[in-house]
Amino acid sequence: MSIVIGDTPRTAPPPPEPETPRRSYLNETSGFWSWALTVDHKRIGILYLVSITFFFLVGGIAAGLVRANLLTPNGAILTEDQYNKAFTAHGVVMLFLFLIPSIPAVFGNFLVPLMIGAKDLAFPKLNLASWYVYMIGAAFMVWGLLSGGIDTGWTLYPPYSSRFSHSSVAPGVFGVFITGFSSIMTGLNIMVTVHKMRAPGMTWGRLPLFIWAMYATSFIQLLGTPVVAITLLLLLVERLAGVGIFDPSIGGDPVLYQHLFWFYSHPAVYIMIVPGMGVVSEVLTCFSRKNIFGYKAVAWSSVGIAVVGFLVWAHHMFVAGISYYSALLFSFLTMLVAVPSAIKVFNWVATLYRGSITFQAPMMFTLAFLVLFTVGGVTGMFLATMGTDIHLHDTYFVVAHFHFVMVGGMVLAYLAGIHFWWPKMTGRMYSDFWSKTSATVIFVGFFFTFVPQFVLGYHGMPRRYPNYPEEFQVYNVLSTAGASILGVGYLMPAVYLTLSLFFGPKASANPWSATGLEWQVPSPPTVFNFEYLPITVCGPYEYAIGVDQMGRGLPEPPGAGDDNPAAKVGPTGPIGARPKETEVVG
Amino acid sequence: MSASTHGHGTVLKHHFDNLEQQHSAERLGMWFFLVTEVLFFSGMFVAYTVYRNWYPGEFAFASSHLIWWIAAINTGLLITSSLTMTLAIRSAQLGDKAGLIRRLLLTFALGGGFMGFKALEYTTDYHERFVPGEVFRTEYARPLAELTADDARRKYEGRPVLTAQEVKDYQFKGGQEHWSQDLATRNYGKTPGAEGTVSPERVQLFLMFYYIMTGIHGVHIIVGLGCILWLVCEAWRGAIPREAYSKVEVISLYWHLVDMIWLFLMPLLYLIGTRGGH
Repeated sequence: MSIVIGDTPRTAPPPPEPETPRRSYLNETSGFWSWALTVDHKRIGILYLVSITFFFLVGGIAAGLVRANLLTPNGAILTEDQYNKAFTAHGVVMLFLFLIPSIPAVFGNFLVPLMIGAKDLAFPKLNLASWYVYMIGAAFMVWGLLSGGIDTGWTLYPPYSSRFSHSSVAPGVFGVFITGFSSIMTGLNIMVTVHKMRAPGMTWGRLPLFIWAMYATSFIQLLGTPVVAITLLLLLVERLAGVGIFDPSIGGDPVLYQHLFWFYSHPAVYIMIVPGMGVVSEVLTCFSRKNIFGYKAVAWSSVGIAVVGFLVWAHHMFVAGISYYSALLFSFLTMLVAVPSAIKVFNWVATLYRGSITFQAPMMFTLAFLVLFTVGGVTGMFLATMGTDIHLHDTYFVVAHFHFVMVGGMVLAYLAGIHFWWPKMTGRMYSDFWSKTSATVIFVGFFFTFVPQFVLGYHGMPRRYPNYPEEFQVYNVLSTAGASILGVGYLMPAVYLTLSLFFGPKASANPWSATGLEWQVPSPPTVFNFEYLPITVCGPYEYAIGVDQMGRGLPEPPGAGDDNPAAKVGPTGPIGARPKETEVVG
Repeated sequence: MSASTHGHGTVLKHHFDNLEQQHSAERLGMWFFLVTEVLFFSGMFVAYTVYRNWYPGEFAFASSHLIWWIAAINTGLLITSSLTMTLAIRSAQLGDKAGLIRRLLLTFALGGGFMGFKALEYTTDYHERFVPGEVFRTEYARPLAELTADDARRKYEGRPVLTAQEVKDYQFKGGQEHWSQDLATRNYGKTPGAEGTVSPERVQLFLMFYYIMTGIHGVHIIVGLGCILWLVCEAWRGAIPREAYSKVEVISLYWHLVDMIWLFLMPLLYLIGTRGGH
């Protein structure tokens, strides 16, 4: 059936605040086994949250060692061998145990069913299995790190990793191989859920952009991860058997490993960043009180990134002896993949334009994301250009570039997500002051850490070297100082978010006055999410007419102070907004 | 919708609205998984393609020394098992419990037969020392040493050394046709890389592909056999009523894919060499 609402906006008054439930997914059952054997997507999300926070700390400590060692030109605290192991540990842990699972496994698990109006993901047991697989893989990696460390760099290139390295490559590679399956399981689950579990009225055109981003991410996880799995398996065989297909002594080609490795590992950076873009689309609209500018463009650019991202891998190999013509082609395709990212940035900026912006912590992280991601993306163009890449290849310029995207982009988006959905996940509000302070400190610390690295790289300091000429010291000291500030910035949320669990005021169901379905259930949600079948009647960001996705009015937005006229006019949209034709599919 | 929901309370999982949704989600999930499987194998197929293009002679040589008749029997077994698997779906749809169990067990037996022949093949290869690495080098050194010794004796006795034709027709003391003798007669006395030589290193490269590809395929067969056994148990205790036939269907999708991968592996590994009087 379909109802078309006429000229007058018929928005219902804001729904009465549902009472904070006595029973939620957090307290419905308790005890160790209720968590260890849970199949509730929300609890699994929390399990992931705790695990990846731990590994973020581990990877962060390794990063601290690297930065501290670079304080002096000849290595301040580590031997050269230890230095190799420290940066490898940093890379392996941060990439495989933090960045890749971060948003898909935490927010993807927690939010996808809530956002599309489902009771759970399509395969709850598979979901739990994915967490165990992740932990088993992580255990192998930790074993590798503790039993002597890995000194190959996270890319594990043979023949060094297969023949010559005397470090614990085998358990590390096996661990990465295993965690890959957890990534596939999560991706598969989310993809099937989005296809099959959407609530009535939740058409593809009404999906929140976070869901589109998660869908594109899952697509990459499904198509890319198996390739790196087989590649690592072949590497493992070569390492253990002493003979393998990348072994030049029997006619094998190590460059083939690089092709296969980057066929996954380049798309993998989109596994890391695209979910972050999804988070940004949610937060940005909410705190600008505006509909997203160019919904379709933002949605399809996620898919565009996922597709084109598979065609650019050899730009990591411009100096690895690939042919001039293939390098030319990959250089062109790499520039092409910047287009969908740029489309997103322009649409976000257009969304901000004339919005009623308030600066809560999630918004501050998101704005920081916008700035840092844009810098990271534009410097990526320097590296996509073949000529400049030959100068900049394997220098600190590359390090700074991908940290701008991965840390400035992804980690900040992750923090934005944490701050945005923390009230929903835990039912508590955190400290306004400290969260804003933390966002500022992280932003400042980040700039100090990585801007000097651009200069270092431009002047030719290679990555992965423990030593450098004395004239580079000032930049390295600056960078290390920035990293200390960054470290403090990261510790702050760990403290105030934990404190909020015990002392934070109770959060309402919709503290940010956001439109998504996840805000229409109590905070924290009940075990089966929805007590009624949520029927979606409109798009995900109807801030202009001030209705949520079920067509009900929004509560007053936070921070809507004296200077915000929109807050006083009732429905939060600008006066004169045209009522939207609203279709109800029931 | 609600009537059927209540009718099949045990089959329908709580987070699905109805059985149709549940089954289509299960099927879609398996299809997505099959996509990952295809990509998993594709890495090896790509590598195989590259190297076979580079080293066609060595790949053909090594392929001609694999045991083709075992591969042929195994192909027959797997194709037949796909048929019995599909028939099992039919039994499940009809609610024919006995037929379902019978056909599943038949599939299991055919798959088990495949693995049995596979074991025989691996054992034979191992006894022939047709294995990359140190074993290969040692085995290859033997006929070479025999040829060298023969030539040395001829020189000592003042006779002419072995001609190319004599090397080709050389009668080794073992008498039996063996890959290492074949390889030695092709390479003896020639500079590596010359016309007609076969690089022993690159033969090992092919063997790496042979063992890894068939090995990983074998692991998939074993997983499939485990799933079929699980289905048998489920059917036995009556957990596969007619409306839950999609359990069988989903496993069958996997089984067919593993079967199909074999249909690509078989010609690529066993049929690219020239056979009959090497």
